[in-house]
Amino acid sequence: MQKKDMGLAVLIIIVGAIVYLRNPLFLSPINLGNTANLIGLFGLFAIGQGFVIMTGGIDLSVGSMIALLGVIFVDMVGRFGVPWPVAVLVTIGIGTLMGLAHGMLITRLRMQPFVVTLCGLLIYRGVARGYTGEATAGFPFGASYPELEWLTIGRSFGVPHSFFAMLLVGAICWVVLHRSVFGRHLYAVGKNEEAARYSGIRTGLVITLAYVICAVLTAIAAIYFAMFTRSVQPSSHGNFYELYAIAAAVLGGFSLRGGEGSIIGVILGVVLLQELQNLVNLLGIPSSLNFAVMGAVILAGVLADQQFNRYRAARRAQRAMEPKPEP
Amino acid sequence: MTLGTPSSPPLLALENISKAYPGVVALSDVSLTVHRGEVLGLVGENGAGKSTLMKILGGVIEPSAGRIVIGNAIYPRLNVMESQAAGIAFVHQELNVFDNLDVAANIFLGREQRSPRLGLLDLAGMRDAALPLLRRVGAHFGPDVPVLDLSLAERQLLEIAKALSIDARVVIMDEPTSSLTLSETRTLMQVIADLKAQGIAVIYISHRLSEIEACADHVVALRDGLVAGELARQDIRHDAMIRLMIGRDLKALYTPPAAPPGDVILSLVGIATPAWPQARADLDVRAGEILGLAGLMGAGRTELAEAIFGIRPLLAGTVTLAGAPFHAHTPRQAIDAGLYLVPEDRKRTGLVIEAAIDENIALADLPAVARHGLVSRGEIGRRAAMQRGKLGIKAADLTRVAAELSGGNQQKVVLAKWLSMRPRLIIFDEPTRGVDVGAKAEIYLLLRALADAGVGVIMISSDMEEVIGVSDRIVVLREGRVAGALDRAEFSEQSVLRLAVGAN
Repeated sequence: MQKKDMGLAVLIIIVGAIVYLRNPLFLSPINLGNTANLIGLFGLFAIGQGFVIMTGGIDLSVGSMIALLGVIFVDMVGRFGVPWPVAVLVTIGIGTLMGLAHGMLITRLRMQPFVVTLCGLLIYRGVARGYTGEATAGFPFGASYPELEWLTIGRSFGVPHSFFAMLLVGAICWVVLHRSVFGRHLYAVGKNEEAARYSGIRTGLVITLAYVICAVLTAIAAIYFAMFTRSVQPSSHGNFYELYAIAAAVLGGFSLRGGEGSIIGVILGVVLLQELQNLVNLLGIPSSLNFAVMGAVILAGVLADQQFNRYRAARRAQRAMEPKPEP
Repeated sequence: MTLGTPSSPPLLALENISKAYPGVVALSDVSLTVHRGEVLGLVGENGAGKSTLMKILGGVIEPSAGRIVIGNAIYPRLNVMESQAAGIAFVHQELNVFDNLDVAANIFLGREQRSPRLGLLDLAGMRDAALPLLRRVGAHFGPDVPVLDLSLAERQLLEIAKALSIDARVVIMDEPTSSLTLSETRTLMQVIADLKAQGIAVIYISHRLSEIEACADHVVALRDGLVAGELARQDIRHDAMIRLMIGRDLKALYTPPAAPPGDVILSLVGIATPAWPQARADLDVRAGEILGLAGLMGAGRTELAEAIFGIRPLLAGTVTLAGAPFHAHTPRQAIDAGLYLVPEDRKRTGLVIEAAIDENIALADLPAVARHGLVSRGEIGRRAAMQRGKLGIKAADLTRVAAELSGGNQQKVVLAKWLSMRPRLIIFDEPTRGVDVGAKAEIYLLLRALADAGVGVIMISSDMEEVIGVSDRIVVLREGRVAGALDRAEFSEQSVLRLAVGAN
């Protein structure tokens, strides 16, 4: 765990302690279970966003993707009676194609990630609404899919399975980002794409894969969200979720310039964001102030981090100015 | 002239390499050879073509003509991969380290060792493999240190360790000691000796001629893209190298000032900039004189100008402008005091290249062309038209974007921006880079006209012909310090170069 992550963990504990002292319901099993579920759901795609931000890119289409893929998944299972494992594979497959399209447009046609995924945000949302004719997609009344429900909204020992899914995905992604050759190349590409290319790294491939990973994890999250809400309202489902993911990554130490960040960081970022939402609810703050609280905390967090880095750079410069002892 | 052991074929040969850019010939028919275990010293002034030649060898740019022979393989051009595969390793002048990774990760980037079973990173293996490499370059840091915590000198050693790790047959070092201390330089010389003993060849590019004397077996001097001459081991001496580097016919460019220079307009005492935090520079400029600021790349000239202009922090020292203490924290303060900078990179910092010509001219002084806080298009146009007449800007329509103009006319637009205000001192950073010959002469006349109007002019230039031909006085910077000042009577390529590289 890096120092940065440690700081974030301490902040989470402090905020948690304050909320608990003001309202002991914070640590009640029901509240913890619900919060863990939300952490799991948001964590799944925030981790994906982390891969994209690592390259210095951004994926704004995440929220719309969750809506469109949610509609498709619910329709396949609920209306067309597609066996759910097939539907899961198809949904993830469509997500993969979306990520591939983003990656190719960015690396092959040299389009800007912001533009590509902003268009994705508009297109996917529009298609979801057009396809359903603005109607809510849902399962037939009384329909039940025991295995699927166990996997997505089930609980073991009171812990929601979405949280376990996030932990599993997080563990795999930790290995990919911090222990695989691909992960190391991601760091290099994010820091200096040109120099990475001169080091023999296939930068286009690395960047494209980052968008594919993001889209695949978003597709998985879309299934979890659809099962959690049981119905998908195409115009509001997943709205602003891309911003939650970006906020979590930035809180977790990612730099939008690329090359900085960790899996543990982004997960802690998600935890802190959900804790803040919870704080707003439990402390009786009007929920309309939700976004304001989140924004203020992110601003303060990033500012503190930057000041720390500046201090570190100044100390380094100081050290360089001191004459070195000549042997 | 071929040097080296005739019995063994050369490890590397560049044969008749030329490189032409539109309007400029960077290299013309350059040939050189390097043998196993040999150190080739490559010398030449700024812009002589050394870096272009080495970029061709590194596969970064393609030659226009000629071929490269490495061992038995012949290449009309190389790409980066081929160059690396052929055993050519680059220690870059501008460091390409990744400061978000640790030392071992940098050394093995793109060639990571994998664990046998899962194919994941073999972190321990790479650490172990990095240790002896770091020891060979005399580094005092371990393989798992984050590069962020390394000094510039330590990063340089890391780059050399990286070159060693790819089993290089030829290691190219481009100004490797520019950020090293004396003891680190000594270590580097030892590293080079070790490489030689292992049969590895080194191409050593440096302005520090004493280092070349110390380590080179063979010297090639470039001048204006041509091989000016070669020196065998026994002939490598400071004087001989300088003689090969200089020796051009200088054209008469000089127009004398209309009147003797006036009072000191700008005075610098003990100035330190982030580029050379330990060095101190002192400098006086008089009203009505053109002061040439010469020096090698990296001597800190641009940084000095930017510090005075308020772009970079001034670490130490005092600036006096027209008799009053002056410290610009922002360019706005400098501009308001009548101190202007015409920056080196016209396209990026000199102009808003995609904006109209007249808007560029008005940009620094918008309040003057505004009525009730609203910018007046008509006033902008009137102002620009006046400057067009004064400076001879060749543009029919001043509302066209600046990018459409030639280099020389772009530079005149930058000038027009400042001349429409009230300059006291203008710093020109490489004013004629990328400007054709005719426009150069016009710019020189403009500099003189400015000086004659009582403005102090500092001209930073790496073009020897320009420095000697245009300046009334030359100050030479070396490693952030003033190495010496020359009056017109003392001007010569040799005297400037001696100060720039450090005579001994």
